[in-house]
Amino acid sequence: MATSPTSPASDAGDIKAVPVRHYGRWLFALIVLVFVASLLSSAIRNDNFKWDVVGDYLFADRVLRGLWLTIWLSTVAVVLGIALGTLLAVMRLSDNPVLRWVSLAYIWFFRGTPVYVQLLGWSFIGALYSTISFGVPFGGPVLVSANGNDLITPITAAILGLGLNLAAYQAEIVRAGLLSVDEGQVESAKALGMTGAQSMRRIVLPQAMRVIIPPTGNQAIDMLKTSSLVATIGVADLLYSVQLIYAQNYQQVPLLVAACIWYLLMTSILSIGQYYLERHYAAGNVRELPPTPLQRARARAASVRFGGPGNPG
Amino acid sequence: MNAASGTPMVEALNVHKRFGLNEVLKGIDMTVQPGEVVCLLGPSGSGKSTFLRCINHLETIHRGRISVDGALVGYREKNGRLHELPEKDAVRQRAEIGMVFQRFNLFAHKTALQNIVEAPVLVKGVAKKDAEARAGELLTRVGLGDRGGAYPSQLSGGQQQRVAIARALAMDPKLMLFDEPTSALDPELVGDVLDVMRDLAKAGMTMVVVTHEIGFAREVGDRVVFMDGGVVVEEGPPSQVLDAPREERTKAFLSKVL
Repeated sequence: MATSPTSPASDAGDIKAVPVRHYGRWLFALIVLVFVASLLSSAIRNDNFKWDVVGDYLFADRVLRGLWLTIWLSTVAVVLGIALGTLLAVMRLSDNPVLRWVSLAYIWFFRGTPVYVQLLGWSFIGALYSTISFGVPFGGPVLVSANGNDLITPITAAILGLGLNLAAYQAEIVRAGLLSVDEGQVESAKALGMTGAQSMRRIVLPQAMRVIIPPTGNQAIDMLKTSSLVATIGVADLLYSVQLIYAQNYQQVPLLVAACIWYLLMTSILSIGQYYLERHYAAGNVRELPPTPLQRARARAASVRFGGPGNPG
Repeated sequence: MNAASGTPMVEALNVHKRFGLNEVLKGIDMTVQPGEVVCLLGPSGSGKSTFLRCINHLETIHRGRISVDGALVGYREKNGRLHELPEKDAVRQRAEIGMVFQRFNLFAHKTALQNIVEAPVLVKGVAKKDAEARAGELLTRVGLGDRGGAYPSQLSGGQQQRVAIARALAMDPKLMLFDEPTSALDPELVGDVLDVMRDLAKAGMTMVVVTHEIGFAREVGDRVVFMDGGVVVEEGPPSQVLDAPREERTKAFLSKVL
């Protein structure tokens, strides 16, 4: 009986093809697994790491206080940096030449000097200006006045130093995002009678977010670690707190490991937040949003249960 | 107010426009009466799109005057001098003129319905619920009543352009400008968009349409204006300009596109 070469009839339902086997992938996964396992076991079995000390200090009061300071200091600095950076980017792209130049000068200065120096600079304000006052310039009456040292505490200096520096970088990130939005979007907003400010807020900025978020995630993660510079002006963040502890007990390695565990945990949480934020702003730019990891896991579980086409093995 | 008093909807007098040293409009005179549909034809680079963009002040002109419904576009005349309009007044003028672009320019991050609702709520202060109801009606009118939740990337070009028309209509414009609305569409999608425009013309909307669709100009246009090299070469009823052109340049152009 001669069957035609197309005999598995084309109306027999969905295609159930045998997937291509990726043997290379499995081999590579095995190598990675062995490598990671041996690395872990060498670290765990090496007594010099003193895992018991890591455990003792991971939740120690002083460490947690430092952790908390790192979290809120970074948060405040990032919020300040993003708000000011967005403002600077909009100024930089404005029709108003005064705003453009002010923004340019700001970015020039704060991007052009080391953040370390800026931190020290803010903390020295009290020494440079014993009183800080606002009033009519060049010898006019004074409206508000304060002692420099009272006004700029180490914490204020830390917030200003980190936040104002971040703003300069963030301004360029936001500007890149704004430039990435098609000009036609602005034109149709204009044609509908929107003002420049309205089209910026409602049309351009939301679409620019897609481009702005990934590098901003970088900045936020970077800030968690850059904030450890505040140790130099006497603010006890996470890193400085463990340094203070090992200065007394000489347990450098386990204490630094403990700090790194906290840093990794914080950056992991930020990365997850970034993923969902990106997903939110992807609306309209991709035909279908990618599934969240949870949705993906559920789909996989379902396909295993019902014998659908999943990965082999 | 306009039809009764005899004020033209658009009045352009000796309009000149330069891009750098390149003069693209060299003295355009044109009048569009309320309710009239005027089609601008001409080879690319003839200045027809630029002129259209000058009507709602997306481009500034360097000489001459353009008025819409009796009001100077983009300026105020005081003691014989022109003063640029501050943004809030310029914006109010534009809000009354609808514009449809060649590349649709729908807001990519908003659904079809949100695209239509945005400007009435933001610019005119219409209540969101009312704006949404109106947007639903407009979507039905352009044949997309069931696609309100779709993002522009999920719509075909023809569908996007019809949403763009609905979006412009939501502002209740007294004048609609169309800048080659079908040039970026696949041939089989052109018809749907032209149908919507035809219905709009029948409903009495004043329209200025830059187009290459000679058939549409002939059927729907009350008047055809042929432009070339930044000047109006010839204008008149479609039967005259399209079927019995007087000027050589018009004849040459039509022989290529017909």
